[in-house]
Amino acid sequence: MKRFADVTAVNGLDLQVFTGECFGLLGPNGAGKTTTIEILEGLTPADEGSVELLGQQWKKGDDRALRERIGVQLQETQLAEKVTVVETVRLFRSFYKRGHSVDEVIRTVALDEKRDARVGKLSGGQKQRLAVACALVSDPELLFLDEPTTGLDPQARLSLWDIVEKFRDGGGTILLTTHYMEEATRLCDRVAIMDHGKVIALGTPAELIESLGADQVIEFSATNPLVEDALTNIPAVKHLHKRGEVYALTVSEIGVALPALLAEIKRQQSELVTLTTHQATLEDVFVSLTGRKLRDG
Amino acid sequence: MAEAKETILEENVSADWNRRQPGAGKSESLHPLLELTATRVREFLREKEAVFWVFIFPVLMTFALGVAFRNTAPDKTPVAVEATADAKANEVAQVLSSSPEITATVMSPTEAAQALRSGKISIVVKPQSEDFEYRFDPTRPESRTARLMVDDALQRGRGRADVVKSSEAKITEPGARYVDFLVPGLIGMNLMGSGLWGLGFTVVIARSRKILKRFAATPMRRSHYLFSFMLSRLVFLVLEVAAVVVFAWLVFSFTVRGSWLTLILVTMLGGFTFSGLGLLVAARPTTIEGVSGLMNFIMLPMWLLSGTFFSSERFPQVLQPFIKALPLTALNTVLRSVMNEGAALSSNWAPISIMLAWCLISFVIALKIFKWQ
Repeated sequence: MKRFADVTAVNGLDLQVFTGECFGLLGPNGAGKTTTIEILEGLTPADEGSVELLGQQWKKGDDRALRERIGVQLQETQLAEKVTVVETVRLFRSFYKRGHSVDEVIRTVALDEKRDARVGKLSGGQKQRLAVACALVSDPELLFLDEPTTGLDPQARLSLWDIVEKFRDGGGTILLTTHYMEEATRLCDRVAIMDHGKVIALGTPAELIESLGADQVIEFSATNPLVEDALTNIPAVKHLHKRGEVYALTVSEIGVALPALLAEIKRQQSELVTLTTHQATLEDVFVSLTGRKLRDG
Repeated sequence: MAEAKETILEENVSADWNRRQPGAGKSESLHPLLELTATRVREFLREKEAVFWVFIFPVLMTFALGVAFRNTAPDKTPVAVEATADAKANEVAQVLSSSPEITATVMSPTEAAQALRSGKISIVVKPQSEDFEYRFDPTRPESRTARLMVDDALQRGRGRADVVKSSEAKITEPGARYVDFLVPGLIGMNLMGSGLWGLGFTVVIARSRKILKRFAATPMRRSHYLFSFMLSRLVFLVLEVAAVVVFAWLVFSFTVRGSWLTLILVTMLGGFTFSGLGLLVAARPTTIEGVSGLMNFIMLPMWLLSGTFFSSERFPQVLQPFIKALPLTALNTVLRSVMNEGAALSSNWAPISIMLAWCLISFVIALKIFKWQ
């Protein structure tokens, strides 16, 4: 395995991304994901520390040669609206010495039918796929995606995931940021969970979820407030977390914990209002580490 | 594990991505400079408002001003005679109207004062028992002329005769009319407007939409991006100038006395000068409001002072060095001397060096301070 990136950002980040993997920066808005990725892309200079990318550092060698090898999609870029899809891709293609053919890339992102449509007429998902096409047109070794599916509907998100997976399956390396845990779980080989500019957890999605020591989460609310100590003492309960009226229990064995919980609620002379259970996810990892939900902002 | 993964991938790669053919598809894209220029041109032509302001508006302006100020045989000077109780006012009006250059009307004192204020008449003649009183505004040139004509007509009516005979030769030729003065000025103003707006807004919009930042993340050469504006300006410059000149030629028989090559060189220099200024104002602002303010700050003085609609020589002597140093004054001066007088470039070295200086200085500063994000 070749180490290709070694990052120390202002906030004391220390990360390595390996060739051929999809690495995810997961965190709420304002966690420092975009700053981190823009430092890596050589767009924002780091105040301290160093970035090594494909064996090279920004400003220390031939930046243009390095840019030939990476593909970038920025979170906020709104491509020119009066220009068509094919014209946009052709423009970006002209910046690179080598890469895919324009039509090939348009096909890859499934915009064949919109080839001659103006960018302004595209849907949000189509615009985002075009942005990814512009990042892919140089056939990059390393692809940066900054919140590629934020604001997209589930359908559009799925089709973008397909494109990313195809690129990874083709041997490409990906660094993406997201605040959707499903996205990180599905696409990423490894994930760094960020909060307030720091990495608070790092590992494969499976490892991180395992670290909770629990595989199920019970969320419920009741008519009267409950004594929390009594809840944490229920067998198999690892962790209790209360947000507003809703209690969340992470449990290792749901078959043990659930009947005991129902009995405890009854004993405290309260009644259930809602109850749901689900497999523990990266979201629960974030909640257990920070006490907040990912999308609280 | 990683080793195994990589081997499988190699196969997919060649099937899906042609990774083994570096440069595949390159032929579809032109040189980046040409692609960027083509994008500029497309964006402009697809923006209907921009097309109107750059091509149609100057033509309409030429037409409106050319018609409003066309030099026909000078109209008769309108004069009011204040009504009197007896028939004296009518007699005076008759004497005045017998002059071929005066048309006199009898009005009540209030009507006459009102007409004088609003500029409908140039002078009021108030007949008194023995003599006349002339009421006029001496700061209005046409009123001063009217005073001379009225006095002459009334004195002749009372028997004054010429002491010396004089004869007249009247000269009205194309090249000396107001429209001939106006067309080069409008072209200059248009070159300024489209240079500043065309560059200023486009660059700032691209910056605010983070397109500049996206470009900065590619190996694109920054100079190509900036130079693409020059090239696209060249394309439109020819059309802009041609639209006004051809229209003025068709409607007002306007002619360009100098050589076309000289005219093209001058408009190119003018176009580049204002592109440089446009780049300078667009070098940093991140919002349209910000760049609009800067552009007005730069253009307003030139609209007023640089002699587009009337000669800048009319401004006070103290202001002249400042006015002459403005790029639009320089451009208008050269355009007029080439179009109206048929002068060569060599006889305009002073204003041409002023333009070159503006062009170079603004480019250098703009490149130094240009912000990509």
